[in-house]
Amino acid sequence: MEMSMQLRVNPILCDGYGHCAELLPELVELDEWGYPIMPREPVARSLESAAHHAVKMCPRLALSLEKSAR
Amino acid sequence: MSTAVAVERRTDVSARLLAPIDTPLPRRRRAELLAEINASGLTGRGGAAFPTAVKLAAVARARNPVVVANGTEGEPASWKDKVLLAENPHLVIDGAVVAARIVGGRRLIFAVGRENRTVRKRFERALAQRGDGFDCFVETMPDRFVAGEESALVNLLNGGEAKPTLQKPYERGVLVQNVETLANVGLIARYGAEWFRERGTADEPGTVLVTVLGAVRSPGVAEVELGTPMRDVLQRFGGLSALPHAVLVGGYFGTWVRAHDALDLPLAEAALKPFGASLGARSIVVLPQDACGLAESARVARYLAEESAGQCGPCVFGLAAMADALETLDVDRLHRLAPQISGRGACAHPNGATRFVASAVDVFADEIARHRTGRCSGSSHPPVLPLGASREWR
Amino acid sequence: MRSLNNPIIWYLMRGSGVVALILFTIVVVLGIATTRRFGTTRLPRFVTLGVHRSVSLLAVVFLGIHVVTALADSYAKVGLAQALLPLPSAKYGLWLGMGALSLDLLAAVVVTSLLRHRMSQRVWKGVHWLAYASWPLAFAHSVGIGTDKAAGWFLDMGVACAGLVAITVVWRLLALRNPYPKYLGTAS
Repeated sequence: MEMSMQLRVNPILCDGYGHCAELLPELVELDEWGYPIMPREPVARSLESAAHHAVKMCPRLALSLEKSAR
Repeated sequence: MSTAVAVERRTDVSARLLAPIDTPLPRRRRAELLAEINASGLTGRGGAAFPTAVKLAAVARARNPVVVANGTEGEPASWKDKVLLAENPHLVIDGAVVAARIVGGRRLIFAVGRENRTVRKRFERALAQRGDGFDCFVETMPDRFVAGEESALVNLLNGGEAKPTLQKPYERGVLVQNVETLANVGLIARYGAEWFRERGTADEPGTVLVTVLGAVRSPGVAEVELGTPMRDVLQRFGGLSALPHAVLVGGYFGTWVRAHDALDLPLAEAALKPFGASLGARSIVVLPQDACGLAESARVARYLAEESAGQCGPCVFGLAAMADALETLDVDRLHRLAPQISGRGACAHPNGATRFVASAVDVFADEIARHRTGRCSGSSHPPVLPLGASREWR
Repeated sequence: MRSLNNPIIWYLMRGSGVVALILFTIVVVLGIATTRRFGTTRLPRFVTLGVHRSVSLLAVVFLGIHVVTALADSYAKVGLAQALLPLPSAKYGLWLGMGALSLDLLAAVVVTSLLRHRMSQRVWKGVHWLAYASWPLAFAHSVGIGTDKAAGWFLDMGVACAGLVAITVVWRLLALRNPYPKYLGTAS
């Protein structure tokens, strides 16, 4: 069983700053109101450190990476 | 909205939830009661249909469990909880007592809507007659659509606003159950799981309270068996009072179903599912042919947008955009909006609203075409779907 | 602390103070720009925030030099208590105390920001708003303390900083007209 990381956003904390979409354009897109759309697929290994960075840099600390078993 | 709510009270054996209680609540062991509820297959009657036994077991593990009886009923098209609280309060209290005994709690909180003073007074009078040995409180909730959502209710009880949070109450030792669910618990504690399963279907046992409004002769609340065909359900309310165009099944998070499809449908999840519908808030509104389904839906869509707690961007902006698009009949925009909105909030509000709007666009497609040429089926019909009026959050 | 009579200390104190004020002015502007979701294709929003954070740490360094040299300088005669607490003084009236108060508020802002992940959003934000009090106090301290009051370049710099902050604050206040405080601009 392989453990993979899922990028999640707390929609109440999220305020549409959009920094995540800038830091992780491969995974996060913004909707028409500026709020991030989370990727359905787990985060690829090569993007994991970038994802961790985005989580740390979120102005609202609304992002998180959760382990999900596949 | 008419306040004449006809209540079905039958003295034959079919009535359970609305029948007067004639036996005392037996004292049974916790494990036995939980097993009985598990065997009954009882699921939540508040709209989410969560298995009751699972919730009870989860809360029983907490240190200081609290039982909250949820009679808020923020859905304007639903009256069943108000009726139950006013007409059979003792059964609800029995259920809350049984639940408290199972989870090991000492406190019972009864949440009722603030707007209807009659219901609250009758319930409080009944509660005052009890001496079950629990600390009982009655809390009034603002008349907002999301105020009855579990986590919103607990948020307000904890001193916050009636807005949903991401925490599930049962994970924090708070059991929130719809009052009808608790009434069923009160019945199962007396008569057992097998008795409960004698009515309804094998997968969906029991009876439910339904609110039926719109083009029926006696709109109101009645108790029906799950699996009863829609036609027979409508008969309990005096039958149709006008030719029906469509039926809104499940309240404002529900789905429109074309009349010719709806009338023969059994009232059960399994039968509703192929039409994208669900029992939801157990509200059925019959739209007559001389009313405009689009206008009604647009009003409700705007109401749902205004009832957003405003905590999540996709919900606040998405629902407003959907209401705009429905009013201007921009169907393409509605299709583009839906995936940007559903599932992206902290609660089910944006999901339900999206589902409602999508079903309106589907079922009233020819009405849309008519409107585009300047015509309308029911421009002068008074509003069929009721709306709430409060602006408070506390 | 042994007082030093070296004029270099004196000039270092004044110079680092001016630099700190300019840097903190930039920090305030960038902080407001972050709230206003300011970003361009060349300067994405996360850069605005990143520079805000970096410049603030640089500004703290210069502020540290300013305080230490003030304590060390024999002419300035600033004691530790006067540097850290908002106390009136015979020599400087209220102006030194304002600097001390500004420093205290700034310390709260910086410490809570370094430990953001340990507290709720509400607490962090509440403390961060003290920056709106800290900057004007720093500005008043700089202008009122009188060590460079008469010099033309100092006045120009002061007007420029105050003007910049004023304009940016107005820009911030414009966002309050928005009925939906969560949404402040279009996605870039």
